[in-house]
Formats: sequence, C-alpha cells, structure tokens
Amino acid sequence: MRTDIIMVLLILTNMVVLGSSRLRACIHVVAAQGVALGILPLIIHSFEPQLLIFAVLSVLLKGVIFPLMLWRTLRQLNVWREDDPYVGYGLSLLMGPIALAFSYWISTRLPMPFSVHSPMLIPVAMFTLIVGLFIIISRKKALTQVLGYLVLENGIYAFGMAIASQQPMLIELGILLDVFVGVFVMGIAIFHISRQFDHINTDQLSTLKD
Amino acid sequence: MTNIAIMIIQPVIAMLLAPMLLGVINRVKAFFAGRRGQPLLQPYYDLWRLLHKGVVYSTTTSWVFKIAPVICLTAIILTAFIVPLGGGRSLLSFNGDLIFAAYLLGLMRFFIVIGALDTGSSFEGMGASREVQFSALAEPALFIALAAMARQTSSVSLSGIFSAVTPQMWTSNCATPLLTAAAMIIVLLTENARIPVDDPNTHLELTMIHEVMVLDNSGPDFAFILYGSALKLWIFAAILVGMLLPMNQMPLWISIPAAVAAVFAVSVFIGIVESCMARFRLISVPNLLFTSISLAILSLVFALRN
Repeated sequence: MRTDIIMVLLILTNMVVLGSSRLRACIHVVAAQGVALGILPLIIHSFEPQLLIFAVLSVLLKGVIFPLMLWRTLRQLNVWREDDPYVGYGLSLLMGPIALAFSYWISTRLPMPFSVHSPMLIPVAMFTLIVGLFIIISRKKALTQVLGYLVLENGIYAFGMAIASQQPMLIELGILLDVFVGVFVMGIAIFHISRQFDHINTDQLSTLKD
Repeated sequence: MTNIAIMIIQPVIAMLLAPMLLGVINRVKAFFAGRRGQPLLQPYYDLWRLLHKGVVYSTTTSWVFKIAPVICLTAIILTAFIVPLGGGRSLLSFNGDLIFAAYLLGLMRFFIVIGALDTGSSFEGMGASREVQFSALAEPALFIALAAMARQTSSVSLSGIFSAVTPQMWTSNCATPLLTAAAMIIVLLTENARIPVDDPNTHLELTMIHEVMVLDNSGPDFAFILYGSALKLWIFAAILVGMLLPMNQMPLWISIPAAVAAVFAVSVFIGIVESCMARFRLISVPNLLFTSISLAILSLVFALRN
C-alpha cells in the first residue's frame, strides 16, 4: 500500500509537469518526485546499510542538487514560463490517461520472470518514462526539455527499482552519475545558448549556420 | 425503526450544519490573514436577515426568475436526501442514484443560469456563460470519478459505494480512491465557486462567475440561493468524505460524528487552499478542469484493471 501511495504521487506529479506552464513550479514538482522515488527502495526492499546510502544519495541528487542547479540556471536566464509549446497544455493533460492506459497494456504483454513488488510499479514507471519523452518532444524551451529528461530518468529509476533485486545497485549508481553530469552540462550549455542568442527556444536553433 | 430514524437524521444534520461550513471557511481565511474574522454563525444571521426582507423584482423579469430559486433549493435538498453521511443507507437510495444526484445538481445549476439570463442584463449573461463553460468541463470529471468508484466497489448507488469503502479496499488498491479524491477536490472547488476558479468574496466584474448571476436576486430568493450553495458545498464534501473514509466499519454513533468532523475538515482544507492560492486566470481554468478529467480517467483505468 505504501508503494502504491508513492506511485499515485508519481502520477500526480507527472500530471502537474504535463499541465503547468510555470518553470519554477515544474522544478519543484520534479524535485518532489525525486524525493518520493529516492525513498522508494527503502520501502520496497528489506533494510540494508548499502540501500540506505543509495537512498540518501538519490534523495540528495534528485531532490536537492538537480533542482538547485536548474533553479540557478532559471534565475540567470530570467525565463519563467513556457509560452507556447508545440502541444498545448489541455491536450498534454489529456495525453496523460492515454499514456497510462497504453503502459498498462504494454505491462500486460511484458511478463516478468519474477514477481514484482506491486502491480502498479511497472505501468507507472513506463508512464513516467513516456511523460518524460513527451515533455522533451513537445516543449520548446531547453530548460523544460532538461526537466523532461529528469522525468524520463525518474521513470527508468522506478523501473530499475521494480527489478532491483535482480540488478546490482552499482548500475543504478552509474546511471545516477551519468544523469548528474548530463544535467550539469546542460545547465551550463543552456546558459551559454541564452547568452549568445537571447533565448533558449530550441525550435529556432535548427536554423543556425556557422 | 432506528434505521429510519438514522436515515432521516442524516439529511437533517446536513441541512442544519451546511451554512456553518461557510462560517468555518471564513474563520480559517481570517486566521491566515491575521484577522479575527466574522462570527462562526454569521451565515445563519445573514440568511435570517434576508428571509425577513422584501423582494424586489425587475420589471423585465418573468415568472422564470421568480421560480428559479425555489427549484434550486428543492433540487439541492433532494440531493441531500440521496447522499448518505457516515455509513448506512440514505433516505432515497436506489440503483443508479448517483446519476440522479448529478442531474439534480445539473438542474440546480440550470435554473440559476436561466434565472440570470431572464434578467436580461448582459453582466449576468456573462456570468452565466462562464458558469456553463466551466461546469460543462467539471461534469465529465464528476461522472467519470463516480464511475471509477462504482467500478471499484461494484455498486451503482452512492450508499452502496460508501458502504463498500473498507480498509481492505485501501490496502488492495489505493490508487483509485486517491486519484478519484484528487479529481473530486478540483470538481468541488469548481462547482462551489471557490478560489482557484472563482472568488466568492469579490464583486468585481472580471473575477466573478457565480456571484454575478445572483446579483439581481434579493430577500428570501437570495437566501434560498445562498442556502442552496452552502448545502451544495456540504454535499460535495460529504461525497468526498464518503469515498475516502471507511465509515461502515464503525458503529453508527461514532461514524456519523466522525463524518461530520471530516466534512468540517474538508471546509478547513478549502479555507487553507483559499488563503494560499491566487485565483487562476479565466483562460487557464479549463486546464485545471482537464487535469481533473485526466485524473478521473486515470482512476478509472486503475479501477478497470482490478
């Protein structure tokens, strides 16, 4: 039941990210999502010291460091909202249930060789993944795309949690480090893009010439 | 015999305590703003004062305007007979009564709107148009949320749904009730003209939806409408509480006070939301309602899965 509550929290945060145009609110919500995911391994698996370290590390990274870095970039850029995305907010919100129904359908076609802790875990992880991808392709601002990338990574993380007893935590830690470097680099890159071009809209970057 | 007494006492509690919810919300908002606030019973005084006033009818209005408040009050009192409070059955419960209740609420709204249009004032017409636009989006969310709960508890009556909410249901599948509750909270705030959608305290033309439609009502007619909207708030809060709390497990002498306390807790929650949030721009309210519809569909997905 506690896992299910975290899953519902994941769904709700995903819906907020889909429907909100305010970047600051989106960052807060993704941070909350990260914290919820960080304590997930403690709930799913029996207690071990290394698990605690892992949980503390991911809560710190996803819940504190990423949001702080994005927040800093946001302040430097002085961009506060996503003005007109490729897909409008109403349509994005209605995309949510469709994606969840789809991931449910997929999860029935995806037999696991072992029992999963909660029947909601895999569909919701898949749902988070799809939402992340959707945010990346449907928004224009580079910062929102980084947020989409974080949501996508949260989905992978949740998926990894579902099968973590079969998979060494070291791989998860490696992924976490990759994402950290990714967000770090992107934060700097976005700042420089906006320095050069006065905006961070990616749709106009394709017309660049040297 | 005791059964019938309990069935009768449930709507009586609702009708007696409904205006108090508004008083509680006002006090919570005052507390957050650092004021003392109006007395808790102020809505009752207001209703009493209005009931003793005369009525003024504009010469452009017809019988529709005069009959609208009465029909609103009747519809909402009938709904109060359907929605049970804290375990047990309600006075009017039959298979499919949740659809009947939703349509009674629709009837109430229809008559407020048509009464507003009957005044011929463009100002009230504007409010009517906004109200209809938003409720057209809130209604599917309400229906889908009720459908999800009906599927989850395999019963098609509000009394049946509420009595099927048990701790076992929470441990086996807590996603449906949680998501339904999230959708219902948004519907509650919308339907009762609360802050993220509409500001009940203002009389500025840009911000009004519900208030603008009842500007021309006076005296007892206005009292009926005010009382009707208080009762509507109570009914939505009671539906929310009934869906969330496993009341049927407790003996009745605990469950009814517990349900009343929970309804008041909902009103405190509304007060906190109103103090912490700003009103949305009218153009972004549909997004909020789309969120509510999506959450309702999500809960339906989970209910269908089990």
